Amino acid sequence: MTYSPHTDADRAQMLDAVGVSSVEDLFADIPAAVRASAWDVPAPLVEQEVRAELARLAGRNRIPEVSFLGAGAYRHLIPSVVGEVIGRSEFATSYTPYQPEVSQGTLQSIYEFQSLICELTDMEVATASHYDGATATAEAALMACRLTRRTRVAVSAGVSPDYRRVLETYCSGPGIEVVTVPVRLAEGEDGTTDPAAVQALDDVACLIAAQPNYYGQLEPMRELADAAHAAGAQFVAVVEPTSLALLEAPGAYGADIVAAEGQPLGIPINFGGPYVGLMAARMASVRQMPGRLAGATRDAQGRKGYVLTLQAREQHIRREKAASNICTNQALMALAATAYLTAVGPNGLREVAELSMTQARHLAGALESAGLAERRFGGTYLNEVALRLPNAARRHATLAERGIVAGHILERDEPELRDTLLLAATELTTDDDIARLVAGLEQTR
Amino acid sequence: MSVAEAPRSDASGRGSAFSGATAGDALTVVEPLIFERSRAERRAVRFPSASERARVAGDGQPQLPASVLRAHAPRLPEVSELDMLRHFNRLAHLNMAIDLNFYPLGSCTMKYNPKVNEWAARLPGLAESHPLDPEALSQGSLELMWLLAELLKEISGFGAISLQPAAGAHGELTGMLMTRAYHRANGDGERRTKVLVPDSAHGTNPATATMVGYQTVTIRSNDRGGIDLDALRASLGQDVAALMITNPSTLGIFEDQIDQVLAAVKDAGAIAYMDGANLNAILGRFKPGEAGFDIMHFNLHKTFSTPHGGGGPGAGPVGVSERIEPFLPRPMPVLVEGDPDAVRANAWAGQSTPGVRFALDDDRPQSIGKVRSLYGNFGMFVRAYTYIRSNGSAGLREISEDAVLAANYLRVSLHDVYDLPYDRLSKHEVVFSGRRQKREHGVTTLDIAKAILDHGVHPPTIYFPLIVEEALMVEPTETESLETLDHFVGVMREIAELAASDPDAIKAAPVTTPVGRLDEAAAARKPDLRYRFPDETDAPDAPAGAPTPEAPTA
Amino acid sequence: MSYPDDLRYSKEHEWVRVEGSRATIGITSFAADELGDVVFVELPEVGATLSQFGTFGVVESVKAVSDLYAPISGEVIEVNEALRDAPELLNADAFGEGWIAKVELTDTAQLDGLMDAAAYTAETA
Repeated sequence: MTYSPHTDADRAQMLDAVGVSSVEDLFADIPAAVRASAWDVPAPLVEQEVRAELARLAGRNRIPEVSFLGAGAYRHLIPSVVGEVIGRSEFATSYTPYQPEVSQGTLQSIYEFQSLICELTDMEVATASHYDGATATAEAALMACRLTRRTRVAVSAGVSPDYRRVLETYCSGPGIEVVTVPVRLAEGEDGTTDPAAVQALDDVACLIAAQPNYYGQLEPMRELADAAHAAGAQFVAVVEPTSLALLEAPGAYGADIVAAEGQPLGIPINFGGPYVGLMAARMASVRQMPGRLAGATRDAQGRKGYVLTLQAREQHIRREKAASNICTNQALMALAATAYLTAVGPNGLREVAELSMTQARHLAGALESAGLAERRFGGTYLNEVALRLPNAARRHATLAERGIVAGHILERDEPELRDTLLLAATELTTDDDIARLVAGLEQTR
Repeated sequence: MSVAEAPRSDASGRGSAFSGATAGDALTVVEPLIFERSRAERRAVRFPSASERARVAGDGQPQLPASVLRAHAPRLPEVSELDMLRHFNRLAHLNMAIDLNFYPLGSCTMKYNPKVNEWAARLPGLAESHPLDPEALSQGSLELMWLLAELLKEISGFGAISLQPAAGAHGELTGMLMTRAYHRANGDGERRTKVLVPDSAHGTNPATATMVGYQTVTIRSNDRGGIDLDALRASLGQDVAALMITNPSTLGIFEDQIDQVLAAVKDAGAIAYMDGANLNAILGRFKPGEAGFDIMHFNLHKTFSTPHGGGGPGAGPVGVSERIEPFLPRPMPVLVEGDPDAVRANAWAGQSTPGVRFALDDDRPQSIGKVRSLYGNFGMFVRAYTYIRSNGSAGLREISEDAVLAANYLRVSLHDVYDLPYDRLSKHEVVFSGRRQKREHGVTTLDIAKAILDHGVHPPTIYFPLIVEEALMVEPTETESLETLDHFVGVMREIAELAASDPDAIKAAPVTTPVGRLDEAAAARKPDLRYRFPDETDAPDAPAGAPTPEAPTA
Repeated sequence: MSYPDDLRYSKEHEWVRVEGSRATIGITSFAADELGDVVFVELPEVGATLSQFGTFGVVESVKAVSDLYAPISGEVIEVNEALRDAPELLNADAFGEGWIAKVELTDTAQLDGLMDAAAYTAETA
């Protein structure tokens, strides 16, 4: 089915006004040499047919009954009210708020989003969002290069491998060198960034580290920030947003720039996207920040309103001198995060973080006491934990067949971590889920 | 408890066409910040109690040391679910949107966003699919991505597609990175340092070139609104990496010398990049890959109807020619078991293919790497796929026919009252100039745009492209009825008349919107970018010259 | 439009007021009008060396951003700190309170290559 309202009579009327006899005349400006050949595009479908097709594809996925998979995308409760808010077509079908008088809904919600991110991270300014946590991290690194005028960045191997790949691709643009600081993966170590390696850093624009890191382990962020500053570098903290209900905020331990993935804040897993990247920094750096910013101001009658501001940083004005080419923000996803944080409030966010932590400990405790697995690292974890068990990959595959996804196989990212699974728990993880995992692992010994 | 401010009076006596309500209606009251609605101990959502579990669980497991704990809880708002919903609903009421208003923003393709796309995107089988699940559990997601890529290939004439870029500008970045990788692989990387863009280019084009370390060279347009072929040839040397061009151009005009442009670029050994923002004009009429472009980015949120969301999310897949294919981002969804023709034919008939298997191919040694985490904005792929299947072959062709017809209808309906810098056949958008109104009456295109707001219509794009003085870029799209188009013509003609007879009325606009023109200079001079809690001492300065705000009433 | 007689002007719309071996520099009212409401000025550092026609700062308005091009060579000895909090001075009084920097001249012969008020008026007509 199509969505054009035009009848033949409508078209005839318009053709007549334009002064051509057929719509073909309107394409006479396409040179014959480049006119399109036929295409293999199927025939139109009416609504019930297109629904059947999408249902067919959805049906070819198998959503596990029990899942402990995180590794960058987490199953959290998305309150029903969040779906209501982003389902409003005034938000969903509006454009970027370049005409602020008729976009106060979008602009005020962006301002609220920026405020919430500043409050969570204890930073002075936050952007209206980026594509995802990985690109926010990459943009933070490039921002650090602009601020320090250095051309090397250091990133801990504790930052997600996916993020580090994106960082390398982004840095390859302007020829920025990426140096990887190892994490301690050896037997008996705690899977965190090696401080000795940080001391040795020379002439880098920034050190990037994640809290918790990719292996779920808690890093000594304050020490890492101090080490970065001692080397004249910015400290970029990549954080998990629900953890900020419990953990010290990056602004408090010396982060200069904060990047994060906002997906845990009310955004569906959606096979990897759309997500929302968070970025925050100090006001002194704001002119080097990429992305949109909404600011408060007043109209001639003195009423308060919001506008996109500091736009002279952006592509549509600075063009080749822009800090970044970014044109979009993930506005509707940022709105989802705003609605989520409002719906759960400070108590709810703390409960999410505490429950996630508690269930992760319940999970690790149950597997260890059953003699099925042991923690791969010492130190402390948050709600994701690396557990070692014999024949992990084979048993993971067997359980997946039965509708249980036992986390992420770490050997795929780091060959040194054989037979190690990364398991996440959230407030949705039930004791029954854990029991089923235990039983499943028992059966596959 | 709300900050009640008097509804705006409607000086013209017309009533508020904007919200559909009359002046004085409570719906136009400006809404306080969510923080201002917060009251301690109020809550919306609750979770199971954690404390019982904490006692039982966690034996032998490490707790968090005090040194990593947060000193003070974040001051998130505390509101009931009803108050929260009313807050966001009231904010929604302050917006224009396609679902309420005509939105002829040139270059944005603000067409209707079909709701069956939303139904599809919310199917749990798709929305709950985890990107790192074993591939055996994700065959539906992978098949959808593969089928969408196949359709985009057919539509564009490119042999290979990456769905990874999250937005148009992101697709441009991907394209420029692949361009550079291609030249480096050819031993040409050091020499080719320049990217050519027409003077009518969108700002993202040169910004993207810079991000990849290229120098931008601007090529002038000719007096027909196309790229000046002589100027292009003069600039095309062995030091040029690529030409980035939009076709149809940002003037809404098809580059009728495009074959010569592409030949010249090829001869110089450079890459031809097409900004696909204006694809809505040429579906079924022009296939960029077939014509000879090397790379193009699509905008799924423009041509393929995924909602703009107030500024995102979008998706910016790229199509590439054979010589660029090795450099595509990884991983890519591929068919590992099954005959592609059979899989396609079955899918077009609504059938699954027995024994088919899809996977993610990460073994791409020449890939530029990754431009975002995971695989791309899958939720937008679902919507775009639904849209393309709904429209089908005949429907896609009809989109461009109706879009181009509507734009030309507006062209001939307004070209007597607004200057038309390039008086020739338009494609899907038409660019007027407000210079006559400015010169004769001192009324600028900005003033005209603000006056349009009072008629319940979103203004066209203004001041772009830069080569047109007082530019007004109008793109109606194919989903607007004749009545809507005629209403717009009436509004524009009325404003042209008013510009002559009562320019002050135009300059006072808008008067029926929730707020009037806002002080953007003050916003930039004294940036106030976040809420200040009452106990904070560094409150932002009040903008100079603004009246003192009244204290909130209970 | 008439411009102050005692100043010299560059093609990039900067002005110079000579005071012995020193000069004060700024942008003209023409440039300020073109920019619109100025919101931010990136000032050079005291001690920086300017070379004629090279960039030495940035001026940003709501809708545009422009590099500042030095009209003459010299060493920056003072910058107008008032512009940090009140960039709008460039719009209000481009030739007076909106001055940008004072420099110690290194090559007074350069002044001969700049325009006088009459020539600048013709240039911007």
